[in-house]
Amino acid sequence: MTLPPSLEAEDIVKELGRGAGKVVALKGVSLSLNPGELTLLMGPSGSGKTTLLSILGCILTQTSGEIRVAGQSTTGLSPEELAELRRKNIGYIFQSYNLFPTLNALENVRIALDVLGQKGYAASQRAEEVLHDVGLGHRLKNFPGNLSGGEQQRVAVARAIASSPSVVLADEPTAALDSENGHAVMELLARIAREQERSVLAVTHDPRTLGYADRVVRIEDGLIVGEERRPDGLDAPSVTDLTKRRKAHG
Amino acid sequence: MILTLAFRNLFHDRIRLAVTLIGILFSIVLVAVQLGLYLGSSRMITAMIERANGELWVTAYGAKSFEDGGLLLTQRERHAALATPGVKAVSPMIVAFAEWRKPSGGSTRVVVVGTDAEDGGLEPWSLVKGTWADIKAPDAIAVDNSYLRELDISGVGDTAQIAQGRVKVRALTSGIRSFTQSPYVFTPLNRARHLLGAPADKTTFFLVQLYPDANVEAVRADLLQRLEGADVLTRPEFRDRSLTQWLFRTGAGVALIGGALLGILVGTVIVAQTLYSSTKDHLNEFATLRALGSSSGYIHKVILAQAGMSAVIGYVLGMMISLTVLVMSKSSPLPLVMTWGLAGALFALTLSMCAISAVSAIIKVTKIDPATVFNR
Repeated sequence: MTLPPSLEAEDIVKELGRGAGKVVALKGVSLSLNPGELTLLMGPSGSGKTTLLSILGCILTQTSGEIRVAGQSTTGLSPEELAELRRKNIGYIFQSYNLFPTLNALENVRIALDVLGQKGYAASQRAEEVLHDVGLGHRLKNFPGNLSGGEQQRVAVARAIASSPSVVLADEPTAALDSENGHAVMELLARIAREQERSVLAVTHDPRTLGYADRVVRIEDGLIVGEERRPDGLDAPSVTDLTKRRKAHG
Repeated sequence: MILTLAFRNLFHDRIRLAVTLIGILFSIVLVAVQLGLYLGSSRMITAMIERANGELWVTAYGAKSFEDGGLLLTQRERHAALATPGVKAVSPMIVAFAEWRKPSGGSTRVVVVGTDAEDGGLEPWSLVKGTWADIKAPDAIAVDNSYLRELDISGVGDTAQIAQGRVKVRALTSGIRSFTQSPYVFTPLNRARHLLGAPADKTTFFLVQLYPDANVEAVRADLLQRLEGADVLTRPEFRDRSLTQWLFRTGAGVALIGGALLGILVGTVIVAQTLYSSTKDHLNEFATLRALGSSSGYIHKVILAQAGMSAVIGYVLGMMISLTVLVMSKSSPLPLVMTWGLAGALFALTLSMCAISAVSAIIKVTKIDPATVFNR
């Protein structure tokens, strides 16, 4: 059975600035994110990738067009209602990790649950569980300053999925990482999409990430100019295969 | 997590925390000292009125305070008061400034308080040496032991001269200080008249004691009709009048309250500034929280928790210093007073000060654009 899209964007236009300085960053973009899929959004700098990601994640509002998250239209929602939609449905992963330097790994994950109203022992257990899932069970009490870049990004991934959102949006998740850590994070995102039936969209211009994608969407000058999908009938490589392939290259 | 994040943000930058705490501490100590002095002054000004046994005070018309009654009332007013229904007793009392000649030369001003204890009006309390019976001995007086140096005497048995007569210290009180810094000298009514050279029937006040079932307001109205040219005041009225005279007409109270307000203002500004800069430093984290979907209320709670923690720590430190100053002021001419009420009010004030200080930070954080998380 095909599940309905977790997130849909229809004819999104975004104008930035006004008057003579006005720039049309998105010129009518339509896109759907399906559960169980890792989609890569690729394009050159200034093509509108991050603007689109911000609009899909209900952080920016579009000038025109419609966004539907879990079937609910975001049109006309107040900033507080958009925030509520975000915390219930969307997990974010940032290029610079955006961890809280004064909180340890466990607390960094717990805060995402706290924002959602999940507190106490159950929240701690859940945070510990997702950190184990991303391979950081042994680093729970470490502060971001004592973690490597790859580990910090894995904490950020754990934070993004802790509240079990239907959509995970990642902004250049491998840009600040070396090759090994970049592959490790992409493996993690692929696993999250396929094993947990989530829609994962990663903005990237890193060609190393292509092998993990179920679908690649290309954007240029605010327009989607191409979309490649893994051919039907050809299964996406399993995470185990990907790990083996990476180790063989390494 | 709100408290954890607030605590970590607060202690992340120790220097800024120290500046915040010094601001609060400075403010608390300044306000505590100023209000402690105000309270101490108020107590000194009203101590005699509070201790006197009488529901109503008959004073010369327009008497501004306990020390400002003059010697204008006569036996005629006393008899008229005694004849008023509901009046049980009328005790005369003399209060007047006089010159105290020091045994080794020079002089200082004192306030002579003449009263007969058997009238049940007012007698010196906190006697640490001697008794009221000793004060009834010829030439006897009682003074407070905190003014011995000022009066140039060493204690019981010493002699001096007040205005026109010689006096001998027969008793000592403790802690009965005068706001005017002119020490109180207690002596029986007739000796007071003698020392001051006052006619035998002249009096400063009449303390009116009522029967238990008497209506204070009705008796007062009756007395006002019978006593032409005199004021009839309830104890709270006379207390307020004395406070107004010494604290507000002289400007002393205004200066104390002004100092306290200045303390609050300085504290608020310092805390506001440090809280604002702390919020600015953590703006990216707050933007991340917003991007993760936190409500603005959640972020406001973090800032308010930071302000609240600063308030509690600052208050504890500030009160420790204030209490040390208070202990040190015990033997000074103007001792500070700290009550549970004042301590509670100071805590409430500190919390409000920090909450108000948080407003600028909250306004800043309210304007956060969560999209800034992509610009880092």
